[in-house]
Amino acid sequence: MDKSLNHAKCSGSCCNLCCTRIENLGVTIGNVTILENVNIHIHCGDLTAIIGPNGGGKSTLLKALLGEVPYTGEFRFLDARGDRSIEPVIGYVPQHLDFDTGIPASVSDLFTACLSKRPAWLMRPGSIRKRAKEGLKKVNAEYLLDRRLGALSGGELQRVLLALALDPVPNLLLLDEPVSGMDQGGLELFYNTVAELRHNYDLSIILVSHDFDQVSRHADRVVLLNRTVVTSGPPQQVFGDESTLRCFGITGFFADGRMNGRMEGENG
Amino acid sequence: MLQIWYDIAEFLLPFEWIEHNFMKNALLAVLLITPLFGLLGTMVVSNKMAFFSDSIGHGAFTGIAIGALFGGLQPLLGAVLFSVVFAIVITVIKDKSRTSTDTIIGVFSSTAVAVGLILLSSGGFNKYSSYLVGDLLSIRPRELLLLLISFVAVIALWVLIFNKVLMISINQSLAASRGINTLLVDILFTVSIAVVVTITIQWVGLLIINSLIVLPAAASRNITTNMRQYHFVSVLISMFSGISGLIVSYYLDTPTGATIVLIAAFVFFAFFFLRKRFSQ
Repeated sequence: MDKSLNHAKCSGSCCNLCCTRIENLGVTIGNVTILENVNIHIHCGDLTAIIGPNGGGKSTLLKALLGEVPYTGEFRFLDARGDRSIEPVIGYVPQHLDFDTGIPASVSDLFTACLSKRPAWLMRPGSIRKRAKEGLKKVNAEYLLDRRLGALSGGELQRVLLALALDPVPNLLLLDEPVSGMDQGGLELFYNTVAELRHNYDLSIILVSHDFDQVSRHADRVVLLNRTVVTSGPPQQVFGDESTLRCFGITGFFADGRMNGRMEGENG
Repeated sequence: MLQIWYDIAEFLLPFEWIEHNFMKNALLAVLLITPLFGLLGTMVVSNKMAFFSDSIGHGAFTGIAIGALFGGLQPLLGAVLFSVVFAIVITVIKDKSRTSTDTIIGVFSSTAVAVGLILLSSGGFNKYSSYLVGDLLSIRPRELLLLLISFVAVIALWVLIFNKVLMISINQSLAASRGINTLLVDILFTVSIAVVVTITIQWVGLLIINSLIVLPAAASRNITTNMRQYHFVSVLISMFSGISGLIVSYYLDTPTGATIVLIAAFVFFAFFFLRKRFSQ
């Protein structure tokens, strides 16, 4: 509550916090305009949830921020001291890791490949192992260090990827449907970890999600994205605007305001 | 310098087959080539690039044809240049286009072979048919030096870029979020395959070179759970098949390359049936 009030007061400036500004962002691939005129402003410590229909450009937005697809407009990260742009460290947890599950790569290998210059096929640096273990401890996944990646469950893999995304501690954490394929216990653990991170570190989080129940409980701000920002604001406000939501095929809200909405035609 | 190797080989291996210099040359070639195949093969298999490395072989064949037309007696330089360009073009198109990788590779591969066949047919095809089967025993001292150089270069490259290749193999977006230039790393990786394949194709042969890249790594995957084991076992299988294949082919008078591939295939099936015992 406090936070959203804060936002209203100093929209436009960064309020002496670091912040992420996405201004007039557009993505066109071939002849298809996937995103246009997207403006999002995120304060440090905020969790911004992005919802929207399939094909609305949610994943493309993340890809643009990662520099994987070319975009027009601006994406700037401003540090706390002033309006000085810095190159943010971005942590990324992909939606589902479409990898070769037979690959003989352990969790430890993944950390080595990410964090060390020493080739993972030749060495297993002790310092990296220690670092990986500490990172995994944060997400209760220490015991996974020597497991093969392909042998992890969906939830275990997401936690490993979260631990990886947090080392080094990012300025901006991008979570793309991070809970697909997680059971209820894993889900709680995941969101608790994310909530904890926000308190302990100065980082902003962008979360793409279809799980409106979790979004309304954890997000500071919700952005409804369909080619451009249709509406944005605190969860109560966005989810309260039923007519807008219905336009985008988001239904299933109860009159008492409990959010258990689902995207129509969504398969998970 | 080669004399030192001859002395060492005769001292360490007091067997009949090593007495011939061509066998000593071939053994040295095997010791230089097979570790490279074992190393590069791991990521070829993990990236599902078996078909790609096969088409690189086809590109090298065309390169040799072009080299023969323009370069006269020593077609190797032309071949290496051509297959490097071939590898870069496929990688860039794969990156920019949404067509399935298999289709793109298929298009390029068959085009390359067709061009190669037409070019070679004008200059007398028989002269170059040795590239199809290859002859390891024909290797000469000067070519061994070339192998040594590529050996050192590929190992150095593999030390420098392997972590990035592995990240891309696991997930491209994840790699990009770590600031990895995925296209550049992909190109370096495919170019190194192209160079190794093109240089060795005249001794191993277009028809079986791909099996030598794929088999050791594919066998190793069955029984390993991390990257060090994966590479170690893959290189070991590759070298074992290479050395034993060379010796067996000497006594049985069979084509060397094919004998090596058969042994590697045997190892693959043995590990395939043993895999449950190692699975984790």
